[in-house]
Amino acid sequence: MTRWLILLLLLALPARAEEVVLGLSKDIVQISTDFDGSDILIFGAVKRDTPITGDPLQVIVAVAGPHKPLNVWRQARRFGIWVNAHAVEVDSAPSFYAIATSAPWDAVISDTEDLRHRISIPRAIRSVGAPMDVPDAQSFTEAVIRIRSRDGTYQLLENTVTVREETLFNTAVSMPANLTEGTYPTRIFLTRGGTVVASYETEIEVRKVGLERWLFVLSRQQPLVYGLMSLFIAIAAGWGASAAFRVLRSQ
Amino acid sequence: MGLAWLMQVYLPIAEVSVNVFLLLGLGGLVGILSGMFGVGGGFLMTPLLFFIGVPPAVAVATGANQIVAASVSGLMAHLKRKTVDLRMGTVLLIGGLVGAAIGVVLFNYLKSLGQVDLLINLCYVVFLGIIGALMFVESLNALRKSRRGTPPKRKKHNWIHALPFKIRFRTSGLYISVIPPLVVGLAVGVLAAVMGVGGGFIMVPAMIYLLNMPTKVVIGTSLFQIIFVTAFTTLLHATTNYTVDVMLAVLLLVGGVVGAQVGTTIGMRLRAEQLRILLAGLVLLVCGKLALDLLLTPSELYVIAEVPGS
Repeated sequence: MTRWLILLLLLALPARAEEVVLGLSKDIVQISTDFDGSDILIFGAVKRDTPITGDPLQVIVAVAGPHKPLNVWRQARRFGIWVNAHAVEVDSAPSFYAIATSAPWDAVISDTEDLRHRISIPRAIRSVGAPMDVPDAQSFTEAVIRIRSRDGTYQLLENTVTVREETLFNTAVSMPANLTEGTYPTRIFLTRGGTVVASYETEIEVRKVGLERWLFVLSRQQPLVYGLMSLFIAIAAGWGASAAFRVLRSQ
Repeated sequence: MGLAWLMQVYLPIAEVSVNVFLLLGLGGLVGILSGMFGVGGGFLMTPLLFFIGVPPAVAVATGANQIVAASVSGLMAHLKRKTVDLRMGTVLLIGGLVGAAIGVVLFNYLKSLGQVDLLINLCYVVFLGIIGALMFVESLNALRKSRRGTPPKRKKHNWIHALPFKIRFRTSGLYISVIPPLVVGLAVGVLAAVMGVGGGFIMVPAMIYLLNMPTKVVIGTSLFQIIFVTAFTTLLHATTNYTVDVMLAVLLLVGGVVGAQVGTTIGMRLRAEQLRILLAGLVLLVCGKLALDLLLTPSELYVIAEVPGS
């Protein structure tokens, strides 16, 4: 309740045209040992000094994970078995991508605006050029979208942003358990009649903490020490359990 | 409390969240096999880890680390019963360390080509298929013979006895060339690095059928070699690929060490021929499953891989 009051107070301030005022339930996601995914509430308000006119207001919320290049392989049958035969390098694809909209996709934004702001899932993936022997490079990017939509890392959530009185909006994005570390740019677009009238960008930080962070950093910065430690822990545990079992049996 | 059964743990290197009890159970199952057959069980562990969503490179490297622990408790039991041929084990180990180094280089090269999964799968199908079939036929014959009452004959002389550099292996009661055990050790070392296995499923039959070692010392001696080779492999993967997940390894081995003790007890109650036929059946089962994956049209033709070095 208080969060709405704060937003309403902010609305009282003077502003130009329409502007987004945003709040996040949390802007840091901590990956601890028992991390099992995280829900983030995204809520905001539209600040304006002119009366509401024209088409109804629509809201798009896009949360993206760190972008990475990918090798996408297509399998083919060679000598009777299925092997990785053709590869296309996708220059940049987000490791996570969730888009929530206040209406069906076609009703919230036009193709040209999507192209300009790179909002939809296919537009968020960048792929230039393909090897000469692969005529259908497009199907490789489609495969990335298909595979990642199936495992929940790419989500198109239509009609999940609630807009009240063309002023207040809120939605929830659930992030899966297999998150990668990094900065997650979060973008909000306000549209009218398929055209973006205002946008806002913030960041959600995803990082490992505690034991997870310590082990990860050690494994990258002191790999030999980390390897020896892994062996020591393994051998100690193996020996310890064997000794414990012997004591148990002799009793 | 029911909620405890849903306990998830986030693995820091694999970067996936997995159920704790699933990992403990996997470790326990593989531990029982380790104790029963003297094999590390990696040939089951690695594919099972793929199946629960652990990236293949992490599964292979962590599998090696887990096998070290699972084998320590088994080796201790054998050392106590004096069923380890330390001299033979050392010769196998020298071959194994060289093999592991070659294996990791091969692994990293094929990873850069995007073909490492194929290499792993092909290795599994080929080796498990050959070994499983040979063992199955052999132990069936042995079982039939022992039923008829005639003791199984051990071949005293074959081509191996014609090789130079002979050494006396007192515990095994053998006087043979060091070349065959060195080659066996080398082959096992390559497999340890590429497949994330201990290689017991190759070494145990090779010791029995090729080196003519007495079955009694085979398991202890193979465990001795496996521990050092997999430890070396773990270090190589940790320093070149950063793919050893210690948290995953610890959870697998907590189940594994308990399972290994149970398995050793079961193994002592069964006859050697029965033990071998059981192992052969298991090897063929895993082989069949992996072969089907290669032969049947996959439901998803595309595979996403990371770009090396990014």
